[in-house]
Amino acid sequence: MTELVLESRPDINADLTADQIRLEDLQTEEMLVNMGPQHPATHGVLRVVLRTDGEMVLEAVPHIGYLHRCAEKIGENVAPYQYIPYTDRMDYLAGMNDNLAFALAAEKLAGMELSRRAQLIRVVFAELNRIASHLVSMGTYGLDMGAFTPFLYAFREREMILDLFEAACGARLTYSYITVGGVTQDLPERWIDVCSEFLDYFEPKIDEYNNLLSFNHIFVKRTANVGVITPEDALAFGLTGPVLRGSGIRWDLRKAQNDLGYDEFEFDVPIGEGLKGTLGDCWDRYYVRILEMKQSVRILRQALARLPDAPGDAYDKRGKTMKLPADEIYYELENPRGQLGFYIQGNGSTIPARVKARGPSFCNLSVLTHIGTNCLLADIAAIVGSIDVVMGEVDR
Amino acid sequence: MAQITLPWTPKDPEKLRAYRAKAVKLLFGLALLQLLTAGALYTVFSIGVPARIEDWKVIVVVLGVLGPAAGFGACFLGGLAVILYRQIGAFLRLPWVAFVLFCGGVVGACLLVWAHALLFDFTKHMLEKPIGTTEVATDLLGSGLVAPLTVREIYSEIRSVIPQPLAAYLLWPLQFDLVRDLVALAGIIGFVSIVPVFGIWWERKVAGRIQSRLGPMRVGGWHGWLQSPADGLKLIFKEDFIPPEGDRILFRLAPYLTFVPAICAFIALPFAGAYVFRDLDVALLFILAMLGIEVVGVILAGWASNNKWSVYGAMREACQMVSYEIPMGMSLLIPVMTVGTLRLTAIADAQGDGFHSWLLFRNPFCFVAFFCYYVAALASCKRAPFDLPESESELVAGFHTEYSGFRWSLFFFGEYAAMFIVSGLAVILFLGGWKSPFPESWALQTGGPWYQDFVARVLNGMLLKEGPILFILKAAFLYYVQLWVRWTLPRIRIDQVLYGCVQVLLPLTMLVLLGNTFWILATKHLELGWVDTLDTIFHAALVILGYILVIGMIAIAAYGYMNRRRLVGTLAVDHLPGA
Amino acid sequence: MTPEQISDILKDTFGDRIVGGEFQSAHPRVEVRPDAWPDVATYLRDDPRLQFNMLRCISAVDMLEDDQFIAVYDLDSLNGAAGSGNLWTRRHAISIHVRVPRGNPHIPSVAHVWSAADWHEREAYDLMGIVFDGHPDSVAGPDGPHPRRILCPDDWEGHPLRKDYAFPMEYQGIPAVTEYGQTRPVH
Repeated sequence: MTELVLESRPDINADLTADQIRLEDLQTEEMLVNMGPQHPATHGVLRVVLRTDGEMVLEAVPHIGYLHRCAEKIGENVAPYQYIPYTDRMDYLAGMNDNLAFALAAEKLAGMELSRRAQLIRVVFAELNRIASHLVSMGTYGLDMGAFTPFLYAFREREMILDLFEAACGARLTYSYITVGGVTQDLPERWIDVCSEFLDYFEPKIDEYNNLLSFNHIFVKRTANVGVITPEDALAFGLTGPVLRGSGIRWDLRKAQNDLGYDEFEFDVPIGEGLKGTLGDCWDRYYVRILEMKQSVRILRQALARLPDAPGDAYDKRGKTMKLPADEIYYELENPRGQLGFYIQGNGSTIPARVKARGPSFCNLSVLTHIGTNCLLADIAAIVGSIDVVMGEVDR
Repeated sequence: MAQITLPWTPKDPEKLRAYRAKAVKLLFGLALLQLLTAGALYTVFSIGVPARIEDWKVIVVVLGVLGPAAGFGACFLGGLAVILYRQIGAFLRLPWVAFVLFCGGVVGACLLVWAHALLFDFTKHMLEKPIGTTEVATDLLGSGLVAPLTVREIYSEIRSVIPQPLAAYLLWPLQFDLVRDLVALAGIIGFVSIVPVFGIWWERKVAGRIQSRLGPMRVGGWHGWLQSPADGLKLIFKEDFIPPEGDRILFRLAPYLTFVPAICAFIALPFAGAYVFRDLDVALLFILAMLGIEVVGVILAGWASNNKWSVYGAMREACQMVSYEIPMGMSLLIPVMTVGTLRLTAIADAQGDGFHSWLLFRNPFCFVAFFCYYVAALASCKRAPFDLPESESELVAGFHTEYSGFRWSLFFFGEYAAMFIVSGLAVILFLGGWKSPFPESWALQTGGPWYQDFVARVLNGMLLKEGPILFILKAAFLYYVQLWVRWTLPRIRIDQVLYGCVQVLLPLTMLVLLGNTFWILATKHLELGWVDTLDTIFHAALVILGYILVIGMIAIAAYGYMNRRRLVGTLAVDHLPGA
Repeated sequence: MTPEQISDILKDTFGDRIVGGEFQSAHPRVEVRPDAWPDVATYLRDDPRLQFNMLRCISAVDMLEDDQFIAVYDLDSLNGAAGSGNLWTRRHAISIHVRVPRGNPHIPSVAHVWSAADWHEREAYDLMGIVFDGHPDSVAGPDGPHPRRILCPDDWEGHPLRKDYAFPMEYQGIPAVTEYGQTRPVH
């Protein structure tokens, strides 16, 4: 038997005294990383420049404009009813709501009143599209967190909503259904029954999403206490929609201004309550969207019940010949992502002198630098996803 | 302005037919040529004449007769396939055909391995008993190496069964261990290639079912069973991109450093008692070492890509794998301690007496250790929820962002092979290895008439006693759990990953290790009556828990199957309004 | 509070620095002189009667015939307590117009008053060319510092939303083709 001797490794620093180790040798370097415009977690073409130290993000600066089409310039060259298709392309996940916001702004400026029926149909489609938009938001947020499955569940349900839209207007993404003067055509036969059937199917699914994703321990750990927006910050940055409500501010334009008859409907405005962490964290913003889907179902049920008896025509032909007075208006509407505002200045002709769109994603995104400091790299994906930006609207 | 017009060329049926005719002509011509070559050589060298058997003719047989004969078969079948492609497609599309073919393939592969083992045993048997001829043993090419058996001796041995010298020529090389090793190595590489090909297809099907869709359905007819080979074909033809600013040598080296260790680990991984390439004394350590080398390839890939996201992926991989190997190794120590050896075959043999004897139920610490091991193994295989090195939504694709084509697929081969290895290790160390879940006494008697013997052997190998199929099935179950977890859970953040390792798993495995030590000390060395009683009670309780788990899983699966139209995972079309 | 009352409060405090107002419109507004705007903004936010805590939008308008730019600030005053569970209500809303000459469009920035103004001012500079002095994200330009561009590239020339903007026929060596294939845009 030979004996095995394991010799220890000689210490390479044996002849180095403590004062010879210089601090510069131990330093780490900061690194600038481009997250986007082609990056899976940036929801389109958002580019965030990250100043990182290892996994820590010291600063996150968003750079936008990769999808800029100067949609406002186009608005100065076409009549309002011709501009409706351009609004579809702004928030392409909530085209109905965008159509509605612009149509309402133009009608208000021209002083046009719509029939009860047109209003109710508009409410139905705005709420359906809110559900569809929140479904995408929820699904892609799961995707950002690495959970692939909720995404496909969300799209399964969204597909049905798109089928309903297709049945009503023939389009599945850029609808231009809600237009100046009402909606382009009345609902097809049996549409209300099919829509009710969908609501019956859909409502229990929300609990399914909660079981699968919202209350998943890993998901909560990833999103709670991350990207906290205080109520004061939320107001100062002009945040709106679920991002604002996630910070505990119970503010909803559907309650505050009664343009579509929302005061007839019973519904709550859900807010973030810091259930899993701090008030205004990513989980709160996410969960507000889930709760809003439930409220939208409530509104939809009431609106659908009233729709068959609603009087009037769905479309008012004056919408196409409408002249805009030499005045101006700034009108906002509660969109899935926040308040979409349109500033329209008329000059007495059919074509406006100036159209300006205030995209809710644009304002919501501006808070990223503020909350995206001193977090982990993975948190940036969580924060961007919880703000839920649509770049078509940010860049317009 | 200059214009480039790409002409539109529609598919011309005449042209396609011409191509096919050309291919058929070529293939049949080649087949004929090879058949003629083989026949000519067979006649010229008078292979079939027993009186003229010479040892040097082995080379002629292997290269000149066997090769062309195999080539004839391949070319002839290829030609037939080109002629009958429509009929083959229609046949595969029939219900269950592809599935039956697939099952037949599995059984066929097992039979092939079995037959080749029988052949080897046969030659070994010949080597053992002195064969009564006076012939001088062959000197291999004058090298001094001596083959113990000559062709003539083999022929005299098999003459009564197969009166054809060709068989003797073919059996001759089998007397060398080197040939045996080469064949086994080919088998391992074949298996390592099949695992990812099947595994990726399976993962896509499982993911599809979990996500309320079908998964691949087109390629191959039956449930897209040819999807993975088709993807592989596509990957081979993709552009082989190397970042111009990256480190070209390291970039090329990295995929092999992740792929080769995965194959090496199979060297020591026993599929069944005899189905192991090298039954190492330190098999467990060897496999762990091989799995540990993979990380080097990943770090190299991240570094050589000259991409910041890749570096992030590599950094994460490094800190994750290195830290999780500690709890993984420590939880593996527990079965090693309990059985008292690092040899995997011995550990599996210690669990031969059915479900109750599995190490998982040996004592409470073993039970906990299994789950610790599985979690740590998930992390070290970088599978979800620990897939941070390649986390799509954060790091684009992590360390393999810049890889494409064949190099990229090598990473995947390595990953899926590693998944199978860690599942296999768990099976061997905790779940009875290749042993049946039923007691030894249930195994059927072999021997007797050949038909009874065959049936008994097949049943024993697949269900009642032991065999590689049992091992592969158990490993496949654990592999399936990995897929299941991946498509259900979100991803953990890097600080939580490290927290889970350092603050949770490491202390837990340490405790378990300590507890197991005391348990073994108490039960094996103290000889106290009440300790033995306690041991029996805990063992019984754990076995009952195991029964409940198994029955529960079967019940859930059965419920899911019976209500498959009502579950979440059913198809969207069933839910469409008005459908 | 009605727009007239808000205007009166402002006039009491700032005198002739409040230029005028228009209250019968669909968009009631108060007009403020550019140099007074930051003080007015701070007052609007902090005065307990007004409490305009939310800047909704800044719209820049090109009045080519008047040779002026208007920056339209839309303000909201939300009333409520965070986390109390009660619905927030709108106290009042107002629009502030700030007119500047087209030749020298300078308005002091209010990004320190409402953080939301940061990106809106950058957008107004980028698309309309109104320079917001003292903007926190300023870069040096030939005519002094101006807010960083936000939608167009940093080296873009001109401001696309101006009425007299000429579509560039080349950017970074890339020739431009308009929708109808002309080499010059037709108006």
